[in-house]
Amino acid sequence: MADTQTKRAFKWEPVIDHGILILGALMMILPIVIALTTASQPDVQIIKEGLSFQIGDQLDDNISSALFTQGGFSGEITGMLMLQNSMILGIGFAVGKIIIGMMAAYAIVYFRLRFATFAFWIIFTTLLLPLEVRIMPSYEVVQGMGLTNTYTGLILPLIASATATFFFRQFFLSVPEELVEAARIDGAGPVKFFIDILVPLSRTMIAAMFIIMFVFGWNQYLWPTLITTEEHMYTLVRGIRQIIQDQDGATIPQFGRGIMLAMLAILPPVLIVVFFQSWFVKGLTESDK
Amino acid sequence: MATVSVTNISKTYPNGAQAVHPASFSIADGELIVLVGPSGCGKSTLLRMVAGLEDITEGELRIGDRVVNEVEPAERDIAMVFQNYALYPHMTVAKNMAYGLKNRGTSKGDIDAKVREAAEMLDLNAYLDRRPSQLSGGQRQRVAMGRAIVRDPALFLFDEPLSNLDAKLRNQMRIEIRALQRRLGTTAMYVTHDQVEAMTMADRIFVLNAGRIEQIGTPSEIYRKPASTFVASFMGAPPMNLLTATTDGSGNAQVGDLSIPVAAGSHAGAVHLGIRPEEVTVTAGGGVPFQLGLIEELGASRLLHGKIAGQDFTVNAPNDDAGLADTLSLDLPTSSLHLFDGATGQRL
Repeated sequence: MADTQTKRAFKWEPVIDHGILILGALMMILPIVIALTTASQPDVQIIKEGLSFQIGDQLDDNISSALFTQGGFSGEITGMLMLQNSMILGIGFAVGKIIIGMMAAYAIVYFRLRFATFAFWIIFTTLLLPLEVRIMPSYEVVQGMGLTNTYTGLILPLIASATATFFFRQFFLSVPEELVEAARIDGAGPVKFFIDILVPLSRTMIAAMFIIMFVFGWNQYLWPTLITTEEHMYTLVRGIRQIIQDQDGATIPQFGRGIMLAMLAILPPVLIVVFFQSWFVKGLTESDK
Repeated sequence: MATVSVTNISKTYPNGAQAVHPASFSIADGELIVLVGPSGCGKSTLLRMVAGLEDITEGELRIGDRVVNEVEPAERDIAMVFQNYALYPHMTVAKNMAYGLKNRGTSKGDIDAKVREAAEMLDLNAYLDRRPSQLSGGQRQRVAMGRAIVRDPALFLFDEPLSNLDAKLRNQMRIEIRALQRRLGTTAMYVTHDQVEAMTMADRIFVLNAGRIEQIGTPSEIYRKPASTFVASFMGAPPMNLLTATTDGSGNAQVGDLSIPVAAGSHAGAVHLGIRPEEVTVTAGGGVPFQLGLIEELGASRLLHGKIAGQDFTVNAPNDDAGLADTLSLDLPTSSLHLFDGATGQRL
């Protein structure tokens, strides 16, 4: 017995497979580790020696300054406030897109509208018109309505969503017709059916959409840059640059604080994906009808 | 509890296809009628028109003494059981049953009592807090039944409710549904394509073909006196044998070279000569010659497939395990023969 075991051929494949996986994982993780170690160094050190692989002694100082020190020209913005603004943008963006997308899909799928398919394709083609293309007119409209430097102005122009409408449409089409009929016989009107049956049925899809849209909203850069001029409205992604840049020339740029802030900016999307990932896979691949 | 009366009801789709030709019938209080026919014969459409899920193009539908043509399904006082159960997957069994009542504004106490009563009746007590996905097919079907029962409707509608179950469960549920319907005394319409279900469950059977009702009758009427060759060949397993023949009007039918005695009638000309496989007997000699082809063993009996004068013919003979010759002699009793018009297929 022992003989046959020692004779068994050594297999290279698992070693190679794991080698590739480990390399890939390192590629993803190392920049974050380096950012973290660098952020624990004093600003002077960072300027002198660049990126650092060693943990320094400034970690807690940089965290607290990233979160709580007031910055910007006016001094009315802190990391916490930016975090809050980003959160409002991300959640408002995701929730708004889901509500609008669901309602649009509901109308297209369940009501015998005359040009439902046509309307759907019109909505679908807006995928070809991302914000960058229509940014001037969008800005004109929002500015004309006096919505610059407001959450409404930040969120509203972005929430019409072809992607969400498309996903919900596909999902609704897969809901069996008999379920609709059973609900009709049970006396559920259009609104009741939507709220009592369709929304609960779509919950995995809603979760999946929420993740995608939240991360997308959180990472918005161009629109917030354009629409927020007052510093207390800054989102995290927009604010980081400001921190590093501010008081340029007069003092040493606060690299530690800036990098730390960037780390914090990564955290919420990561947490959301980690917590919801099983829902995410479920929502996009299966349904419990 | 209610009667249903239907006057010249028909369904034409916008593209001009006529799914249901004008039909009139009435259903007595507490009666279970079965609509049976091949796929696409309009039986489900007819049922869905009664349910209110399809518009009625023309005609009048009354449930009880109300004309309900324009009434919403929920207001028609009906309950429907679907083929795929159509349970709400995110609700527990209890909530599935309660949903219709809740929408009607029934009080919570009443709902609980009714759900409990229905669960008791259907043996679902242990499952009230489960989701449909945690139940077996038979249990889901029971929940669908429960959802219908709690509404205490005037009319039950069943749309092929047993098609998704395996054969054994189907037999069992068939009996359960029938017993339950009798006990509740609720009028019911039941759609199926399975003629065994139709025969065993129905008070009266409606046989449909291509959007028309071919025959309405009790199971034994349908079996004994089919109104047309379609009914004759659709109902019964194996179906009735139909031989193309000509009659001379004086008690003889000519099938190929063979002459078979039939009841003397005035009709002369092309006919279909029908006889049930189980009413044919194999005799020692002197009968109609039959070329045996294939034997199907059924245990108690066996099916002999072969030809009479070159036309397909099946005999259901008792199984005595004896060997059979290639050519047998059959007795076709005159009293068991059915005559159908050769052109229209109508019973003569």
